[in-house]
Amino acid sequence: MAISHTSIQDDSKVRLRRREWLHNLGRAARTPRGAVGLALVTFVGLVAAIGPWEAPYSSTSFETIPFAQPSKSYLLGGDVLGRDVLSRVLDGGWQLLLMALAATIFGVAVGAIAGISAAYLKGASDGLIMRTVDVVLAFPQLVFALLLVSIVGPKVWIIVLAVGLSHAPQVARVLRSAALDVSESDFVKVVELQGVSSARVMSGEVLPNLVTPLMVEAGLRLTYSIVIMAGLSFLGFGIAPPAPNWGTMINENQVGLASNVWGVVAPVLLIVCLTVGTNIFTDAFTRVSLGIGRSERVDVLKSELGVEPL
Amino acid sequence: MRLSVRDLRVSFTHDVSSDIVDEVSFDVAAGEVLGLVGESGSGKTTVALALLGYARRGLTLTSGRVLIDGRDLLGATPKELQTLRGLKVAYVPQDPSSALNPTLRVGTQLEEAMRAHPGVITDIDSRINELFEQVHLPTNTGILRRYPHQLSGGQQQRVMLAMAFSCRPGLIVMDEPTTGLDVTTQRHVLDTVRNLCRTYGVAAVYVSHDLAVVGELVSSVAIMYSGRIVEIGRTERVFGEPVHPYTRGLLAAVPSPDRSEILKGIDGQPPRPGHRPKGCNFAPRCPMRVDQCVEAPPLVSVSLRDVRCWRAGETALLGTIASEAMPARVVSGAMILDVANVGASYGRTEVLHNISFRVPADSCVAVVGESGSGKTTLARTVVGLHSNSSGNIEFGGALLTPGMKHRTKEELRRIQYIFQSPYNSLNPRKTVGQIISQPLEHFFDLTRSERDERISTALRDASLSNEFIYRHPHELSGGERQRIAIARALVVEPELLVCDEVTSALDVSVQAAIVELLRRLQSERQLAMIFITHNLALVRSIAQSVVVLAEGTVVEAGLVDDVLERPQHAYTKKLMSDVPKTLTIRY
Repeated sequence: MAISHTSIQDDSKVRLRRREWLHNLGRAARTPRGAVGLALVTFVGLVAAIGPWEAPYSSTSFETIPFAQPSKSYLLGGDVLGRDVLSRVLDGGWQLLLMALAATIFGVAVGAIAGISAAYLKGASDGLIMRTVDVVLAFPQLVFALLLVSIVGPKVWIIVLAVGLSHAPQVARVLRSAALDVSESDFVKVVELQGVSSARVMSGEVLPNLVTPLMVEAGLRLTYSIVIMAGLSFLGFGIAPPAPNWGTMINENQVGLASNVWGVVAPVLLIVCLTVGTNIFTDAFTRVSLGIGRSERVDVLKSELGVEPL
Repeated sequence: MRLSVRDLRVSFTHDVSSDIVDEVSFDVAAGEVLGLVGESGSGKTTVALALLGYARRGLTLTSGRVLIDGRDLLGATPKELQTLRGLKVAYVPQDPSSALNPTLRVGTQLEEAMRAHPGVITDIDSRINELFEQVHLPTNTGILRRYPHQLSGGQQQRVMLAMAFSCRPGLIVMDEPTTGLDVTTQRHVLDTVRNLCRTYGVAAVYVSHDLAVVGELVSSVAIMYSGRIVEIGRTERVFGEPVHPYTRGLLAAVPSPDRSEILKGIDGQPPRPGHRPKGCNFAPRCPMRVDQCVEAPPLVSVSLRDVRCWRAGETALLGTIASEAMPARVVSGAMILDVANVGASYGRTEVLHNISFRVPADSCVAVVGESGSGKTTLARTVVGLHSNSSGNIEFGGALLTPGMKHRTKEELRRIQYIFQSPYNSLNPRKTVGQIISQPLEHFFDLTRSERDERISTALRDASLSNEFIYRHPHELSGGERQRIAIARALVVEPELLVCDEVTSALDVSVQAAIVELLRRLQSERQLAMIFITHNLALVRSIAQSVVVLAEGTVVEAGLVDDVLERPQHAYTKKLMSDVPKTLTIRY
């Protein structure tokens, strides 16, 4: 029986096995925690994505008096300049989310490469990479971003770059830690013994074993990205007004909290939902991947430790 | 009876109908030692812990009785158990280095064991002296003030024994206490245990997978398989003329240092708890299986012991186990590996000194030594994993560079290495097919179908079916994983195979199957092989010649029969005399 023949037939089964982390994502979504987290994230995602199409008014036109109370035509009232709060909220999400996503992906990629290389190559390379990481880590994330933005100006790409780079050190540390263990494994030595290049060993043997910490870090970093970017906008360093932006909204509508809370509360609620949702879902994913909370079956010990405790 | 266990049942807490062990009953009189023998998944450790009234997280001591001097532990409250443990029943765990608190001095820990039962030992210091004398630990060298890591493995285990005997318990439960100790230390520890039990009139339960060790020490033995006792009786009867098919299979798998014979493994694996078959647990693997076996057999008394098998009456007539002698092999003269004056170091410490030996192109050389002898370092130096070395290693006529960085691709292909732990040498994220395909892709330029063909052949040679291709390592047993490691090594057609303690992490019956597989493959393919092991007995079932290493030097070398039957060097002689032999097993 030729193998290629069977491999075509069993392709679906193979794919299921290969993407175990994907399988775990699905399982996480089915736990109570995961479901709640996913629901929150989806809700905010929908608001951000579909919002611009559904906004009743333009987000930049002056519709009513500043800080007008919520009414039938202006459901969330007016903001500092009398623009419709609801429309601005609906319009102000997608840019933030996309930028946060881009920054996270960039930061995780850079951090992962740095961390895995440091762990695998050891010695001088390890020292060089991790000390550079330490330098970047010394800057608080927000300050680092502020620094770059104030030098170059509030352009989209610099904000994404700045926030992304500020994530890289933490990701590098976590992945270096995880990769250290994997790099010492016998199965890595097996491939080294064949004379395979370091880059190939890292990408082919080490990286596939780091998917779980990678996913977990990515989820956490996304949370931070959102908050930092909203914070940058809040501080006035984000995308310039009058473009609607949840962070900016919090800033500019502060003064009118006594008159109309929604100018501040609406964007805050959405940011909180997104952050908490991402966090809870990442937590659920971690638990599913590590098998915490599963009924204590002895097979877990065996498959995890390779040790038969009986 | 000092210890009486009746119908002990331990099951999962969340699923009480699913048991780990059941129907476990046995007695141990004062001064006697009962061996509890089994492989992975047998439940022997669960039973051992139950004797202390303890069950691991997720397990419950569901029913049955554990009577120590008439007192049932299973009905005791936690407070009562606290009083009983250490005082009436004590435990010696497997790994002394993790059983001793690394941050406390040895003396402190011993005192702690005695202070836990106030009033029992009035003069702690003299008691410690007494104990040290009995376990053969020097009393005046300040061992008490040392930390555990400053003691050797043997000393640590003796401290554990002292701790266990300190409050004069009536029952001692020992869980593989000599694993990881070298043969000589093991012998000392076993002698100590035997003497202590006799002196104090203590009953002991000795859990082990090592039949040779058990055979020498215990008066009665209980063989466990998949949560049940399948045979129980006096040692000389059970090992001399085993009745249960599993016991017979197990004994056929135990290597003997006195005879060169072919080892027979037992096909298949033990069922996991919760996945046991209806009826007899061993039936799926049993050569004597009949229709009646779908009903669980009771323990019956046959031939002066108790056996759990419907066909016990018939198997009792089979008598001792016959074994097949290793075929005599002619060793050709051509040498493929010539190790000359090789030394190796870690940093500035030299661990190998002036090693010289040769490997013929089509035979197996065993390298035997205790832990710390340098045998793994030697293997790694030959293969290139260890580069801090001196001397000459010639392979196929050409000189090999130390370390693999500068060896050619061909050189790397022609020497293959198999690691000790099957749980660490396969990438958990890859399928078996990908694992075996990877070296093929690296070393050869083949089409997809040619590769698939070779993968299929490699699996078949390792006695695995094609369906393994899509599995992941974590779905497989240790034996299956090791077979895949072997398949991966052989698929690139090497000329020299270096096996580094490849069966040390496996059960006896699995070890036998793997060793026999390697022997057959080596013989069929005319492969040169270096087989590293600490188990002298194994050597006779796979190798033609042997090199004995001690403290980094070659102490003796020659043909297996010569070295093991007529050892010349004092170290080899001591090794041969200290190795536990199952004299009572075969005639």
